[in-house]
Amino acid sequence: MSATSGPLPLGFQGAAPAKPTRPAEPDNYLTHEKGILSWIFTLDHKRIGVMYMVLVLSFFALGGFFAIALRTMLWSPVDFNANPAHAKASYDLYNHFFTLHGAVMVFLFIIPAVPAILGNFILPMMLGAKDVAFPRLNLLSLWIYFTGAVFFSYVLLSGILHAVFGWNIPGGWSLDTGWTFYTPYSSSLSQGAVVPAVLGAFILGFSSILTGLNFIASIHMLRPKGMTWFRMPLFLWAIYSTSIIQVLATPVLAITLLLLAAERVFGVGIFDPKLGGDPVLFQHFFWFYSHPAVYIMILPAMGVISEVMVAFSRKHIFGYNFIAMSSIAIALFSFVVWGHHMFVSGQSPLSAAVFSLLTFAVAIPSAVKVFNWLGTLYQGDIRLTTPMLYAMGFIFLFTIGGLTGLFLGAMSVDIMLTHTYFIVAHFHYVMMGSTLFAFLSGLYYWWPKMFGKMYSETWGKVGLLFVFVGFNLTFFPQFVAGSRGMPRRYASYPVQYQAFHRMSTAGAYTMGTGLIIAGLTFAQSLLRGKKAPNNPWGGSTLEWESTSPPRHDNFEHTPVAGDPYDLHGIEYDPATGGWFRNPNAAPAPATHGH
Amino acid sequence: MAEDALTSEHTLVAHQFEDVAQQREASTLGMWAFLSTEILFFGAIFVAYGVYRLRWPDQYRQGSLELKWYLGAINTAVLLISSFFMAMGVHAAATGQIKTLIRNLLWTIVLGTLFLVIKGTEYYLEYEDGLVPGVAFKMEKPSESAQSGFARAFESFEHWISPVAKNRGETHRRSPQEEQFMMFYFIMTGIHATHMVIGIALLSWLVWMARRGKFSAEYHNPVEITGLYWHFVDTVWVFLFPILYLLRNP
Ligand code: HEM
Ligand SMILES: [Cu+2]
Repeated sequence: MSATSGPLPLGFQGAAPAKPTRPAEPDNYLTHEKGILSWIFTLDHKRIGVMYMVLVLSFFALGGFFAIALRTMLWSPVDFNANPAHAKASYDLYNHFFTLHGAVMVFLFIIPAVPAILGNFILPMMLGAKDVAFPRLNLLSLWIYFTGAVFFSYVLLSGILHAVFGWNIPGGWSLDTGWTFYTPYSSSLSQGAVVPAVLGAFILGFSSILTGLNFIASIHMLRPKGMTWFRMPLFLWAIYSTSIIQVLATPVLAITLLLLAAERVFGVGIFDPKLGGDPVLFQHFFWFYSHPAVYIMILPAMGVISEVMVAFSRKHIFGYNFIAMSSIAIALFSFVVWGHHMFVSGQSPLSAAVFSLLTFAVAIPSAVKVFNWLGTLYQGDIRLTTPMLYAMGFIFLFTIGGLTGLFLGAMSVDIMLTHTYFIVAHFHYVMMGSTLFAFLSGLYYWWPKMFGKMYSETWGKVGLLFVFVGFNLTFFPQFVAGSRGMPRRYASYPVQYQAFHRMSTAGAYTMGTGLIIAGLTFAQSLLRGKKAPNNPWGGSTLEWESTSPPRHDNFEHTPVAGDPYDLHGIEYDPATGGWFRNPNAAPAPATHGH
Repeated sequence: MAEDALTSEHTLVAHQFEDVAQQREASTLGMWAFLSTEILFFGAIFVAYGVYRLRWPDQYRQGSLELKWYLGAINTAVLLISSFFMAMGVHAAATGQIKTLIRNLLWTIVLGTLFLVIKGTEYYLEYEDGLVPGVAFKMEKPSESAQSGFARAFESFEHWISPVAKNRGETHRRSPQEEQFMMFYFIMTGIHATHMVIGIALLSWLVWMARRGKFSAEYHNPVEITGLYWHFVDTVWVFLFPILYLLRNP
């Protein structure tokens, strides 16, 4: 934002003595009520979104800590012969670290990130509504999330008590099963606090289900006059598809984890082969949820990208119907491809072949989206702001992640690549390179709306540069190392892989630096950011018609919805540094009409 | 008069909704979405049970033979009748007969509680029979003399009504797969019973609300959606009963 030459923004915090002439700051959701209880018991979707943000980002930091610890351990291989006892302890620690990293990142960060934070804040506003359909349920889902987080915190605490004081806590300490909880790692072979961890994931699942349910009902019932299904912003289509998956897939994980916990508590075999259970059945159930879950992670991220592309290309979205329907297609396909995680677990050749074909099919709607975003960029009036750069990073990295997914979907190739770093690289390209990038893109994009403050574009971009370079430095070498046979989840390696590991570690530190810069950029914005105009980017969806930050009930007058991406008549006002809808604008040229 | 209707509507409609009708449709939709979650929740455990039942048909049949099918049958009837009262309650609410509503809700609660009492009795008998997996599972059925008079009364009743039970291998050695069967039995019926407890709590809350005059022909969607939930929980039992108790012949 270079519009510093405008008049002094109204209500700019931290300015010298208040001028008596300045109009009072209008009431907004942050100032509407005061006191901690007004947050804990709030029914306001915006406050709930903000509380989710604080919690979820804290766990992101925790997961990041484990990531850095892992990469630090991998700087050099462990010399087993020099000190076997020490080496074994180090292997053990590594198992705990990669499990905690994965479990925290998946269950506590990436699944709730976009829906629970941005979705909660933005979805009702995009609908021109005052809140989600069931505000109490929304608050409940937040506190269920909190409860699940408490369980995970117990797991961590037990690990710390064991490591620091040597306590052997009955029921286990920490977690060393892998985020996938495969039996028998999670049953007879684990000394970890498996039951608390599994119950934590179970509880978090219900938080996710309730959020999804709430969004489904909101999208069905709260659309304003004029917003037909095919006039919904694409973010809403994305959230809608995500919610379907949350509602239909999560319960399967829930029951599976319950069975796992029961098996461990009562010692009666269900999934543990030693006790007469079937571990492959566990894998079927696990992936029946967890493959769709990867689309819980990516679909809302794709929704963010559609919004950002329009706002910063100043062009109507290209191929609206295709993008909308591809979200639904991805959601439906996602339920029938889980077997691609089990090509080497023992399934019949026929089912493996069918799963492989269906996996290829899922790539089609994903590619449809990518091409339509490119179509939107084409001949657009592109502004390279921080959110836009993150969004472009998303397209680039998602393409790599998605294409390597196809390698893995091809049975013959996967048999060689499975359980190697190639998998690790693939899913980090789609989870971190794509979902995290989109999340940051969305956070920068809606930040001014959420908190009424602008952030520093310069520092936003500096952070992005570190993240982007660091990300590729971390994970690209892992494709190569993996294809040369470096197995995943190992604490040590032969020296021939050292160069790759060192690149990865250096990349991880670079990326960590970038994320810290991003965090500081947001903090700086909160403390002394310039006051944000109502519509800083020229967005055309309804949330931009409210004040920044929004009033308690979002809109003074319920806005009227039309084509969500009709940018015609949205003009820049140098006086406020923001955009507004000019009712006197010349009629739209025919090509923009519908 | 018109003024009155307006204010009463305003207190009942949350600010994100336009009118009672929209709010009502939203909560019904929400409950259906929740029930689809529930279907997948129970569905997954039915699948797991089915997989093992097909893998160990004989052992699972032995397990079924050990259950008190007649208690399960009585419970099925109890639940179906409770569903009838629930449906009557929803009808009464829709037509604004609040007294009838309360009466029907109370009958539903009574029958729901009766179901839990019978279920609890079964659990107790299974405990005496050494059928609780992991905790008190015995590989040999305990001899009659080791059982309490309460359990023996059921035993003789069972012999009297069911000749099949008589032939059942009293001395058969139980298998680990039978223990697994019991594990599924306890988890499935346990989750179902938990749903019943939640249902009874919701019904009690409805009675309390109804007593305080909160419901009318215009506004009664809590009754309606609790009804949906209650019928769903009944339906789950209608599937649990045959697959657990009745698949007993080779
Ligand atoms: C075009 C789309 C995609 C295809 C074709 C695809 C394909 C695959 C396949 C075949 C595997 C199994 C490899 C193996 O274990 O041998 C896999 C693993 C994985 N994928 Fe994808 N994928 C795609 C997109 C995504 C997305 C969008 C995400 C997440 C946001 C994701 C996350 C993961 C994860 C986490 C794993 C590894 C799980 C584990 O074993 O720990 N994938 N992918
Ligand atoms: Cu998958």
